[in-house]
Amino acid sequence: MKLMWFHLMPYTELPDDFREKNPSVWVDIHSSLFDPRRAHHMYNDFMDELEFAAECGFDAICVNEHHSNGYGLMPSPNLVASSLARRTRDTALCVLGNSLALYNPPTRVAEEFAMIDCISGGRLIAGFPVGSPMDTCFAYGQNPSMLRDRYYEAHDLVKKAWTAPDTFAFNGRYNQQRYVNIWPRPIQRPHPPIWIPGGGSVETWQWCAEMDYVYCYLSYYGYKAGQATMTGFWDEMKKLGKDLNPYRAGFLQFVGVAETRQQALELYAEPAEYFYGRCLHIDPRFAGPPGYATEETQRRGIKGMVSQAADNSTRQTQRYETKFQTLAREMDAIVDKGYVIVGSPDEVVEQLTEVATNLNVGHLMMLLQFGNMNKELAKYNTRMFAEKVLPRLSHVHSEWEDHWWPKPMEQNERAAPASFVPAQAAAE
Amino acid sequence: MTEPTTTSIEVNGFSCRVWTAGTGPKIGFLAGFGGLPKWVPFLDRLAEKRTVVVPSLPGFPGGERGHTVLDNHLDWCLAVREIVQKAGLDGADLAGSSVGAAMAAEIAAIWPQSVKRLALIAPFGLYDDSDPPTDPWAQRPPDVPNLFCADPKTWESLKEQPEGLNSPEWPIEQVRASEAAARIFWPLGNTRLEKRLPLIAAPTLLVWGGEDRIMPQSYAQRFANGIAGKSEIKVIPGAGHLAELDKPDEAAAAVLAWMQ
Repeated sequence: MKLMWFHLMPYTELPDDFREKNPSVWVDIHSSLFDPRRAHHMYNDFMDELEFAAECGFDAICVNEHHSNGYGLMPSPNLVASSLARRTRDTALCVLGNSLALYNPPTRVAEEFAMIDCISGGRLIAGFPVGSPMDTCFAYGQNPSMLRDRYYEAHDLVKKAWTAPDTFAFNGRYNQQRYVNIWPRPIQRPHPPIWIPGGGSVETWQWCAEMDYVYCYLSYYGYKAGQATMTGFWDEMKKLGKDLNPYRAGFLQFVGVAETRQQALELYAEPAEYFYGRCLHIDPRFAGPPGYATEETQRRGIKGMVSQAADNSTRQTQRYETKFQTLAREMDAIVDKGYVIVGSPDEVVEQLTEVATNLNVGHLMMLLQFGNMNKELAKYNTRMFAEKVLPRLSHVHSEWEDHWWPKPMEQNERAAPASFVPAQAAAE
Repeated sequence: MTEPTTTSIEVNGFSCRVWTAGTGPKIGFLAGFGGLPKWVPFLDRLAEKRTVVVPSLPGFPGGERGHTVLDNHLDWCLAVREIVQKAGLDGADLAGSSVGAAMAAEIAAIWPQSVKRLALIAPFGLYDDSDPPTDPWAQRPPDVPNLFCADPKTWESLKEQPEGLNSPEWPIEQVRASEAAARIFWPLGNTRLEKRLPLIAAPTLLVWGGEDRIMPQSYAQRFANGIAGKSEIKVIPGAGHLAELDKPDEAAAAVLAWMQ
């Protein structure tokens, strides 16, 4: 299986009373909390960590897109990916991804991804999320009633821009361009592998199956909460007559490794509590703009909620609060609910083997830096994982072939970027 | 309560419900944010004196998923124009509330012959940086009733599922109404209607709830300043954004007096 190293780039210095004093980490988080001079160090630490993960032997390093977000400092993951393309050699670059409907014209995404693919010698994984309501509808003002249609249309345009040999006119419902002819073109033919980060909507699963794309469930709530979604995904694949190749799927999991479980609990409690306490402090008024969820998803959701309400005797109005307001925020519960897997290497190997097997996931995206974790601890976690966990997991799912992995240029054909202060890099 | 007759018209391949009640010269009504999942007392009051005709707007309760084929403001204006014509309201008096009032104003501006007298209850369509309207979509569901109505129970009883219905489609229809409004008015509610106000020749009554927590009362004057025809502002104390729901008697009396 593939072990991938994912960075959200959280702002690491939100104040202790952030929850009490601020309505939301996202959309209207206050600018006074952002210190650009501190962010200078954060970005550089984060990029060091990503490069370190690549050096340690992870199969891919992953970045993603958020806007007006205190736990995601990458409005443009492409900027980070292009730097990583220069500072890494063989690791796949997974940009998960660009929210297609936000780009006008969407060919911008085709161009930038093609640039990254060229710079990296064909190592790009192209992620196309619809994007969260907070990012798309609120921070970027997109109309929730048109977002999905725009997304699908932009997808068609980007894919055609990558693959059509000749200049073409695109006569879409939302986009009209007389001359589409992107330069550069991606190295990978017909195009870089396309992965779709999504929620649990059946339409997305069906679309991934139809297009033969990887479906990624990027939940912050871990493997226990993710089980139902992944089961739903695989049931749908069976129904559609698809094979159950685990590489059709990706899954995100927070992990903290140390010599012992006790030590891991001690080391990772603070960053985990920071993440679940401060970073996921999201005002529910930004969670559900009308039209963002399709009516079919609402139908399923409402039925699910009704039975859930019956189970928990929760009042109807409470369900809107539930997701963001009643999350576990203390380490015991965070671990108990499976949001973060912590333990000794043996314990983590055992648990992740279970996760990969039970969820039938071939692409595991590890969050080994989370919350306010500093670079030293992030590197320790990464090194421990790379040395003591990764080698014992890579055989899982080896009976399957990953058809959705980048196909870069041969190593001896690729450029050798000049080293940047090699003495300092070696000293670290 | 008056029992309206329900008919339907077709616009862009979608069915639109039309309620009709009462006798006398026609008066059309285009509902506000959230639409009308149920007949309301305000319509009874109008029907006591006039024939009241209430066509649904696309995507609003009774309007199916008609909003999904409307991609821009011209599409919306043409669809509403067609609805007004097919409902037999061309040339009649026209009233509207909130998002429906904005569409009524568009019709009166673009096709001046099609509206005799106009009554607008707290219309959407403008945006003033110094006094912005409340964001009607970024709200916690428990806060919504109190934003749209002075008395939250007014909203709740309108949106409550009728006894014994228990359909999963009911709540979906209510979300759809909010989505349809978003489709025209996202994100600021500003359709640049201000540019077209000078085209409105019909005498126009501007009704505002004294406790409107969505659309600031200052907008009444902005509308009055822009409209070419005669206009008058009437504030109804104790009413919220959807004044016709909070204070049906007062709102209907004001509209009827203007349309006489």
